[in-house]
Amino acid sequence: MAAITLKINGQDKQVDVPEDMPLLWVLRDRLDLTGTKFGCGIGSCGACTVHLDGVAVRSCQTPAVAAAGRSITTIEGLSADGSHPVQQAWIEAQVPQCGYCQSGQIMAAAALLATNPDPSDTDIDTAMSGNLCRCGTYQRIRKAIHRAAEAGKTA
Amino acid sequence: MSPVVSRREFLKTGAATGAGLVIAVQLQGCAKQAPPASTAPFAPNAWVRVQDDGSVLIEVDRSEMGQGVSTALPMLVAEELEADWSSVRYEAAPANPAYGNKLTRGMQVTGGSTAVPNGWVPLRQAGAQAREMLLSAAAARWGVDRATCHAENSRVLHEASGRSATYGELATAAAKLPVPETVRLKDPKDWKLIGRPVPRLDVPAVVRGEPVFAGDVRVPGMLVAQVERPPVLGGSVKSFDDAEARAVPGVRAVVQLSGGVAVIAEDFWAARKGREALVVEWDEGPNTALDSDAVRATLRALVAQPKGAVVRQDGDAPGTIASLTRKLRVEYEAPYLAHATMEPMTCSADVRPDGVTLWAPTQMQWGPKTFGGGAQGTAATIAGVDMERVDVRTTKLGGGFGRRSEMDFIADAVEASKAIGAPVRVVWTREDDMRHDFYRPVTLHVFEGAVDEAGRPVAWSHVIAGPSIMARYLPSWMPEFAANKMGMLKHGADPTSVEGAENIPYGIANVRVDYRRAEIPVPVGFWRSVGSSQNAFATEGFIDELADLAGQDPVAFRRALLADKPRHRAVLDLAAEKAGWGTPLPPGRARGVAVAESFGSFVAEVAEVSVTNGVVRVHRVTCAIDCGQVVNPDIVTAQMEGAIAYGLTAALKGEITIEKGRVKQSNFLDYPLLRIDEMPEIAVHLVPSTENPGGVGEPGTPPIAPAVANAVSALTGTRVRRLPIRLSS
Repeated sequence: MAAITLKINGQDKQVDVPEDMPLLWVLRDRLDLTGTKFGCGIGSCGACTVHLDGVAVRSCQTPAVAAAGRSITTIEGLSADGSHPVQQAWIEAQVPQCGYCQSGQIMAAAALLATNPDPSDTDIDTAMSGNLCRCGTYQRIRKAIHRAAEAGKTA
Repeated sequence: MSPVVSRREFLKTGAATGAGLVIAVQLQGCAKQAPPASTAPFAPNAWVRVQDDGSVLIEVDRSEMGQGVSTALPMLVAEELEADWSSVRYEAAPANPAYGNKLTRGMQVTGGSTAVPNGWVPLRQAGAQAREMLLSAAAARWGVDRATCHAENSRVLHEASGRSATYGELATAAAKLPVPETVRLKDPKDWKLIGRPVPRLDVPAVVRGEPVFAGDVRVPGMLVAQVERPPVLGGSVKSFDDAEARAVPGVRAVVQLSGGVAVIAEDFWAARKGREALVVEWDEGPNTALDSDAVRATLRALVAQPKGAVVRQDGDAPGTIASLTRKLRVEYEAPYLAHATMEPMTCSADVRPDGVTLWAPTQMQWGPKTFGGGAQGTAATIAGVDMERVDVRTTKLGGGFGRRSEMDFIADAVEASKAIGAPVRVVWTREDDMRHDFYRPVTLHVFEGAVDEAGRPVAWSHVIAGPSIMARYLPSWMPEFAANKMGMLKHGADPTSVEGAENIPYGIANVRVDYRRAEIPVPVGFWRSVGSSQNAFATEGFIDELADLAGQDPVAFRRALLADKPRHRAVLDLAAEKAGWGTPLPPGRARGVAVAESFGSFVAEVAEVSVTNGVVRVHRVTCAIDCGQVVNPDIVTAQMEGAIAYGLTAALKGEITIEKGRVKQSNFLDYPLLRIDEMPEIAVHLVPSTENPGGVGEPGTPPIAPAVANAVSALTGTRVRRLPIRLSS
């Protein structure tokens, strides 16, 4: 067991967790931050994507102890009120269907735009190909990322 | 069989009474069942709740699994209620016979693409009923003739006097009025919501990560369970040693359930560690020798038999084929498929002595006891309480596609909670989900067909062998004639096994369709578009082959055979036109087409493909759908996009195989799904229609696999007759 401090969405949280406990389960089961989802447990679907120091990571493959002291952002902390350009673009393009994978999709898209403010379709495909959507919302995801990029330009 | 009055009947009635398009219809769903209790001041039926503040809460009686019911169904109610859409909220309806689905034998089921077709009349009536009562309440308050009042934006207005009142102000008075037996539905030209791309009500919460899926339920004292299930299909627990599992920090208990051995812990990770430490000795049962070759041999033996259940016989197909020389005999195969919902099976339950609270992502909240009672009945039976004591709270479903009409994951949660006396959340891993599914049935198809001297197809013989989904729902005591009468069998065959095959639309004089039921100990279930998912692949491939045999263009060939099928023909024409069928393509590309009717809707798709190093790439899909009256065109479009992506996974990747009685695949590495870099550009075109609504959740799936297969066949010159498409084999 390890007593660690996690800086999540700007707040320090003290937890006492097993050394191998993935960040995903600390978020979901210890801190009740349930917006981050479990899909495969092997880093193959992206439903558990969060930001670690601004970079998209798979929280099911990230031991919580490895995230200690670093800045963690989850879907709940991407914006205070759903106003992040990616969230807004997701609404405008009516992306979600069942919604289960969408927290991970949005976190992956936000991380992409943070480093590449005007991605091409190929850039989007490369950055987002680790995020599965069984409802098949991919075409709208592409559209929404372009839309968010446009919004970023005019902002 | 359906008591729903068709729109055409409405129109006829309206015309006959000289009432234009404004029609009074007898209430069908509203008055017959006592609505569930509500705390809202005005709750005239099972769907409408007007709150004191004037906001409107609508009970959504179908499960939201991405298909958009939590927007489309409220639109139907709000349209007639004249509700201010910005004040409309929804909630998942409880389990109650009042929410029975008339298109699924009265069970509270979300399936068969029935949500809008079933709700089309009763939900509008429910809204109209509430509106009429609010109008009466206002007229009485003001002492004016009700006919001089009108409703809009959640208010009743009396223009002559300039008076108005909000629905909130009228709610208490309206609640004291008798519920009208007959209501008028609006003239379609006055619709403000129906037919418009109204944004989904659930999306803003989704982008904030707020919706509650079954795994997100948190109540005080709740524990988390994982269940170790028998690795061999049909196996069971012989014994288990839980000493080490119980020693894992956070593990509270290890208990045997009907489905396996549950490790119950304080959180998922502790349950997982406990499960790793658990030692189970299995009784592997009778299926350890079962593998995919044995499955294929079973199907092959069935098609070699002289006759099965003949579900369609027009003319004499075998005799005609025997007498002609231009003919074909080919076989098509489709494998078992997993549903692979993004959210693995999950359910939460709290079993107490006085009842059960069930947080269930279920496609079947309620059913008659004779059919297991759905989620409510399953929980009641396990807990030993009356069904009414089970409070079913339907969470959001992280994908359904038919998988969540099963009861296994619900039983897990209820059994685990009962065993430990605390609320329990059962979470399956991806591996559990992949290996313990109710798979889309495997099928083998044998076709024989012939064309005459003019190149017209004159004979079609289709033999289908595969396991039956409905078999497990048929009580053993039920004789075949009774099952036929109830619609659970059709001419002795499982109707879900022959849908899309027995009703091929083409004008062919001699048609024979013959089904042979396979007994294979692999669980099978409803998978998005069910029998049409394999049958359209096979039949639309074979019609393409007959076009080849006749030396004709695939679109022109189909078109000539659809003279009596205007809706099929219209979608075929529209898809072909929008896809630029017949226009030149870049080198290395080809198009393929398919058309299919399923769940009351008609869909044609054209796929444009290329092949590089044996890898098929789908560049573009053009889809045309006629689903009758469209309630929300953007949701229909999204469902087509999604159904095509779902079908592309099946066309290009999906295959569950069996080895030593076990499902071989386990996760997304060996059961890959379509990813964004493989997603084609999809254009969806809707055919304007005033027919009754058809379904939209499933009908986009059947045509895509054959459209892609036909395109690949055209490109490579080698027919694709087996899914998934593998060019190297």
